[in-house]
Amino acid sequence: MLEVKNISKKLDDFNIKDISFSVNKGDYFVILGVSGAGKSVILEIIAGLMQPNSGTIHLNNKNITNEKIQKRKVGLVFQDYAVFPHLSVKENLLYPLKNVGLEKEEIQNRMNELADEMSISHLLKRSPTTLSGGELQRVALARTLALNPECLLLDEPLSSLDIQLKNNLRGLLRKINRKGQTIIHVTHDYEDAIFLANKVAVINDGKIVQTGSPEEVFKNPKTKFVANFSGIKNFFKADIITEVNENLKKAVINNKVSVSLFTEAKTGTGFVIIKNKNIIISNIKPNISAMNNYQGVVVDVLPAKFGVEIIVDIGILISVLISAETLKKYDFFEDKKVWISFKASSAKFLHG
Amino acid sequence: MKKIEPVNLIFAFLGGIVLLFILGPLLSMFFASSPQEIFETTKDVEVQNSIWLTLLTSMGATVVFSIFAIPLSYLLARKNFYFKKLIIGIIDIPVVIPHSAAGIAILGFISRDTVIGKTASYFGFNLIGHPISISIAMAFVSIPFLLNSARDGFSSVPVRLEKAALNLGASPIRVFFTISLPLAWRNIISGLIMMFARGMSEFGAVIIVAYHPMITPVLIYERFGAFGLKYARPVSIVFIGVCLIFFILLRLLSKERKNA
Repeated sequence: MLEVKNISKKLDDFNIKDISFSVNKGDYFVILGVSGAGKSVILEIIAGLMQPNSGTIHLNNKNITNEKIQKRKVGLVFQDYAVFPHLSVKENLLYPLKNVGLEKEEIQNRMNELADEMSISHLLKRSPTTLSGGELQRVALARTLALNPECLLLDEPLSSLDIQLKNNLRGLLRKINRKGQTIIHVTHDYEDAIFLANKVAVINDGKIVQTGSPEEVFKNPKTKFVANFSGIKNFFKADIITEVNENLKKAVINNKVSVSLFTEAKTGTGFVIIKNKNIIISNIKPNISAMNNYQGVVVDVLPAKFGVEIIVDIGILISVLISAETLKKYDFFEDKKVWISFKASSAKFLHG
Repeated sequence: MKKIEPVNLIFAFLGGIVLLFILGPLLSMFFASSPQEIFETTKDVEVQNSIWLTLLTSMGATVVFSIFAIPLSYLLARKNFYFKKLIIGIIDIPVVIPHSAAGIAILGFISRDTVIGKTASYFGFNLIGHPISISIAMAFVSIPFLLNSARDGFSSVPVRLEKAALNLGASPIRVFFTISLPLAWRNIISGLIMMFARGMSEFGAVIIVAYHPMITPVLIYERFGAFGLKYARPVSIVFIGVCLIFFILLRLLSKERKNA
């Protein structure tokens, strides 16, 4: 559907080199990279705000590399929203609709529909200068979706929001995607990729270094950069099943492994993330306060940048990071039965 | 009690002298004329006509030349092109040259033997001594205020807002009128006010292209030359009053727009 081929762009102090990827209709494609890696430049090139030095962009098999910005059918939501400060929220929503020459009634209906969908109907008369970051983000999203773009481009849409708003907006983005909207989302936050993406590209120093599903990219990083950048191998789709108390919940991963963790989410599906450096491995069942203790079998011992990575099968594969000294002292090897433990506070639940 | 820094006291004293320097001559002029004299002057038809002429020619110059100046300011703020710095330098020339020299330059430009002069003659009027030439002289010396202020205004509009508008399907011309112009409006209004005010107060360039009909600064000069200080003073006071009223009114209007 959207095909970016060999795009390069030389900027004053920075280049992007030979960027290629393709996004299918309905995909949620996350481009992950640190600040200054060239993520926003890629979006601006797709949107036509910047011309590449070489390479092509095809949308639905049509070459749009040199197409006028206003004719591209891709909608870009800027990192700082770019909501017009001199227009009311309503006027902001009407702005794109008036550009395409729709009937007055049609414009009004579409605006009301968008305002409802994004829960901003109560803000229509307000000036954008009085809105919070989360509200501005919804206005920017509604405005961009007004023209039904073939592809929605999001530049760090969650970066300046607090955790609660982030969760709400993640949920909203997933809802928009599930309605069939193709989305390309650039971010520095691997949690966005895990929670939202069905396809991830990791970009470093202006080049895409790995592309694939979140599982492929995070669990089998092809380069040290990807491994170090994400640092996350233990993430699993999970359902909240029991409420122990207001915040302590039990989530079940793959109907196999139950994990105690802290979350405000009451029910529903999300992702459990456990950083491998927060997991303790031992030869006998440890007598410690951690709520999550599992017996398993070592399936692999791998060298890592700092120490050694041990993969333990407890019904799901868990990665544990230990030092070379610890490995030597406790002698973990393939097929050995071990115990792993982590605190409820070490497991994070992402929900939307 | 909060202690006042000695350095602030010194600066306030020095600043006070500057304020006195501006206000002293103006206030002494006001106190030197009786209210009766000022009142009589306001009823003087010659004075009234000259004030109307000054206001209309300056306003005309501001409105007409803004149509050309505002797009140029936008280009200078947004685009990079060869000789851009040279053009910015050229814009400031009227500010630095003597205004009588500017008048001589304009006179040579619009006199009967030039293309512009001949074209005007073809339509049956002579530009020399015509209100149009007064407007041209006023515009020549005052247009840098509008150009520079509007350029600052357009520069302060975030480029990404214009890009966002393009991405939302707007044509470049619609982006200019719906995003760039409204967001730069405060600076543009400021520039228009400055251009209008500067045009009204112009004397040197105008007296060379058109002694008659008389704008108020020329009338003040003539009354001073023919009758002396006593007769020039009330006209000056009335004209300063009119200028201040317009200046304050326009400032208030632009402020209201800002708050709207």
